[in-house]
Amino acid sequence: MRSKVVLRRLIANRQARYGSIALLLLVLVAYIGPYFGAYAWTEKDFLAFLSPPDADHWWGTTSIGQDMYAITLRGMQKSIVIGLLVALISTGLAAIVGAFAGYFGGWADRVLMWGVDLLLVLPSFLIIAIISPRLKAGSSWLWFVVLLAAFSWMITSRVVRSMTISLREREYVLAAVYMGIPRWKIIFRHIVPNLSSLLIIDATLNVSAAIIGEAALSFFGFGIQPPDVSLGTLIAAGSGNATGYPWLFAFPAGALVLLVLSVNLIGDGLRDALDPGSNS
Amino acid sequence: MSILEVKDLTVTFPGGVQAVRGVSYEVERGEVLGIVGESGSGKSVTSLAVMGLLPPNAVVSGSAKLHGRELLGMDDDELVKIRGKAISMIFQDPLSAFTPVYTIGDQIAEAVRIHQRMAKDKAAKRAVELLDLVGIPHPDVRAKAFPHEFSGGMRQRAMIAMAIANDPDLLICDEPTTALDVTIQAQVLEVLKTAQQETGAGIVMITHDLGVIAGMADRVLVMYAGRPVEQGPVDDLYYRPRMPYTMGLLASIPRVDGEEGPLVPIEGNPPSPSSLPPGCPFAPRCPMRVDMCDDEEPPLIPFGPGGGRSVACIRSHEIEHKGLTGADVFPVPVIPPSEVVRVPRAERATVLELDDMIRHYPLMKGAVMKRRVGTVYAVDGITFDIAEGETLALVGESGCGKTTTLQQIMQLAPPEGGRVVVLGKDSAKIDKAMRRALRRDVQIVFQDPMAALDPRMPVQDIIAEPLRAHGRKDVRARVAELLELVGLSPEHAERYPSQFSGGQRQRIGIARALALEPKLLVLDEPVSALDVSIQAGVINLLEELKNTLGLSYLFVAHDLAVVRHLADRVAVMYLGKIAEIGTVEEVYDHPAHPYTQALLSAIPLPDPEMERTRKRILLEGDLPSPANPPTGCRFRTRCPKFATQLDEAQRQRCVDEEPSVARLAGAVDHGAACHYAEEIEVITASDDQEEK
Repeated sequence: MRSKVVLRRLIANRQARYGSIALLLLVLVAYIGPYFGAYAWTEKDFLAFLSPPDADHWWGTTSIGQDMYAITLRGMQKSIVIGLLVALISTGLAAIVGAFAGYFGGWADRVLMWGVDLLLVLPSFLIIAIISPRLKAGSSWLWFVVLLAAFSWMITSRVVRSMTISLREREYVLAAVYMGIPRWKIIFRHIVPNLSSLLIIDATLNVSAAIIGEAALSFFGFGIQPPDVSLGTLIAAGSGNATGYPWLFAFPAGALVLLVLSVNLIGDGLRDALDPGSNS
Repeated sequence: MSILEVKDLTVTFPGGVQAVRGVSYEVERGEVLGIVGESGSGKSVTSLAVMGLLPPNAVVSGSAKLHGRELLGMDDDELVKIRGKAISMIFQDPLSAFTPVYTIGDQIAEAVRIHQRMAKDKAAKRAVELLDLVGIPHPDVRAKAFPHEFSGGMRQRAMIAMAIANDPDLLICDEPTTALDVTIQAQVLEVLKTAQQETGAGIVMITHDLGVIAGMADRVLVMYAGRPVEQGPVDDLYYRPRMPYTMGLLASIPRVDGEEGPLVPIEGNPPSPSSLPPGCPFAPRCPMRVDMCDDEEPPLIPFGPGGGRSVACIRSHEIEHKGLTGADVFPVPVIPPSEVVRVPRAERATVLELDDMIRHYPLMKGAVMKRRVGTVYAVDGITFDIAEGETLALVGESGCGKTTTLQQIMQLAPPEGGRVVVLGKDSAKIDKAMRRALRRDVQIVFQDPMAALDPRMPVQDIIAEPLRAHGRKDVRARVAELLELVGLSPEHAERYPSQFSGGQRQRIGIARALALEPKLLVLDEPVSALDVSIQAGVINLLEELKNTLGLSYLFVAHDLAVVRHLADRVAVMYLGKIAEIGTVEEVYDHPAHPYTQALLSAIPLPDPEMERTRKRILLEGDLPSPANPPTGCRFRTRCPKFATQLDEAQRQRCVDEEPSVARLAGAVDHGAACHYAEEIEVITASDDQEEK
């Protein structure tokens, strides 16, 4: 019943509709767009270094003659998947760990929060640097997602935990206990939905953080390696020349902004759909 | 000449919310004007507008004159000079009305020094005097205490002391006793009367409690949907209400001296201030509605001989002529009698049995090395049982252990001491599967209908939750059936709790509790969060469900009037112990324990004549901490009998020996835990009490 009601409210929500359409379009552009471009992302045009956008190179070229249109779309393909997955995993992990720690308290709380604190104080780059040589052989983008997610959920989970502690005392949670509903079900049915506003905001922020963060991780030899590109590496490379050769920076950054914006819209819509207090 | 003169006051909030729509009243010197209304009727907004305390986006029009000086539109610098000096306000929640980081004495002294040129030490002295005036013991010591060190009743007294610090001409009291227990409420109302005599101020008393108004007010203004609908001297209005809303309100309140039988409910809900019905706003709920009522809103016009009385109803003369009362006008539902009750109590099955149940909480200290520094004796050995089809009410003030008892029962876990036997099964001897199965038969309805329903779940899911948890298949049909049972429309199953009014939400809570067809329903203050006009409907529903479904209720409440109406037996708790237990008739008509007597005499009756003549047994002080209860009889520190009627040897017994519940001679089902139990009448005959 709830899922049906929420889905109907979500569909009725204008923000969510526009957001999903925008995200769908971005995905389509990322995967189908390259077929319309004149150049492949691997090609280099040695006649046009750092040329501004024109009829031939729609979004200009890089310093080694790569077509910006082709490589931006190529980067988008990776970044959309990585961004969304990381956001889902890290927010999901934060919600589950935080809610379980907060709800059960005592022993479970201490162990989980000890783990969270440990992950917070350990410099994530150090861990990644230690792990990276071992994974290098099979370093697929999935590992990449796992590592990014593993180091971005802790603070949220602490927030979730403290909110859960106050929710735990609510009468509707007590009512569920007295009905004989298992505790893990109470967490997923009563606690997590009531944290959804926070979790949705966190997830949308995580999308952009993951896409930017991926560039930093590439430095350690993970996932996207040159000559392959991602939005993160493109933005990192282009930001130095943002004023002189704006197209190097503007197109990947613009793609990122559009991506985050559409996720934001979906998030807002979802939040409104889940929140009975909103009128939309 | 009147102190305050309010004329055609209107307050509109952004979004077209007309909170107040034309209120006019006058307050004379030394007069108490009671403003009654349900939540959302605009009674608080009216007074905030007079004080100039509304948020800046509220649009206020009309006039409010203090001694002929217009208050509305006065700029803040001038208002500051009036607030606290000419007009003072007493708020509902005294904890949030004091700044937590300053001592009470400093805050009162500050109030004095703001409006009077006075040296610091003199102001401090005045603060102590004021605290003494409002009856705070050891005022010189207590003045140095911080707000959190005061109990609720003490804080409200201090608030009154602060309000009268500058001899105001007008006191506005906004629900001054709503957050307090009845015995404390009686104390505070007494202090308010003293304060009024001391200052000669006029008082505007805003409350929803018709009992409090009956005892305090000289004149009453009844508000509905932002407008006064009836106004008049208190006796006239209470004995001869001429507007159907007032009539319904007066008829719908359960009375502690009242009869059994269904209450008079007012159907429907108060209209939302942003979408008022055309014509009379009460028309949709009014049993006397005629087509003309929808044409235009009736103005508040003078009524009857003598003046001072005005009514806003087009049929008021007809009501006067026929001498109608609330019970005549409003349809009283017929509640089918219970089948079970025909069997004598002794032969009925026992649904719940508590045998010397104990629940103590440890008091811990220290962050790292926790050590036990004491014990809170929350529930300290209580014994009672509930037979099939019976309602046992557990009454007592906050902190007496009612809620702890409930939780202990609902947890179905082994208690710390004693036994809890639910439907013949001892909670200490059942395994996990059995406990789960037992949960079907014991369900709970919570106090706050907003907090008890998950705000993010549609009603369908809320009611279906227990059904699914216990593996019922026909969920959808059952939910519709349950919604109908509690008087809601099954079409509303897809809505969220926030889309319902308080009374409707409580009905949803009841539907959820009934989903598994329990045998015992635990009701934790089920109507105390509801408005008076809604309350009656829910009480009737509970009564009807009990009779038709053969339920047993364990009913926890602090409102003794509701208890009288709904319960068969009543157990009065004091500091984790039962003070008195017995059938409702016995306990209410012949209370034997001094605490029960005080409790019953403290309840305000919605009857001005009786309120004036009746003699109150006022209790001294506050409830002692359950972490450090007095030796012997726990009530002796506040017991009026202990203080005035007993001799030294008798007192010694109270100090040394803890009384246990003993059956009173000559009563079938009535026991009291007092060494010197003596039955007296408290409620009806106030005269012979005086003789004693």
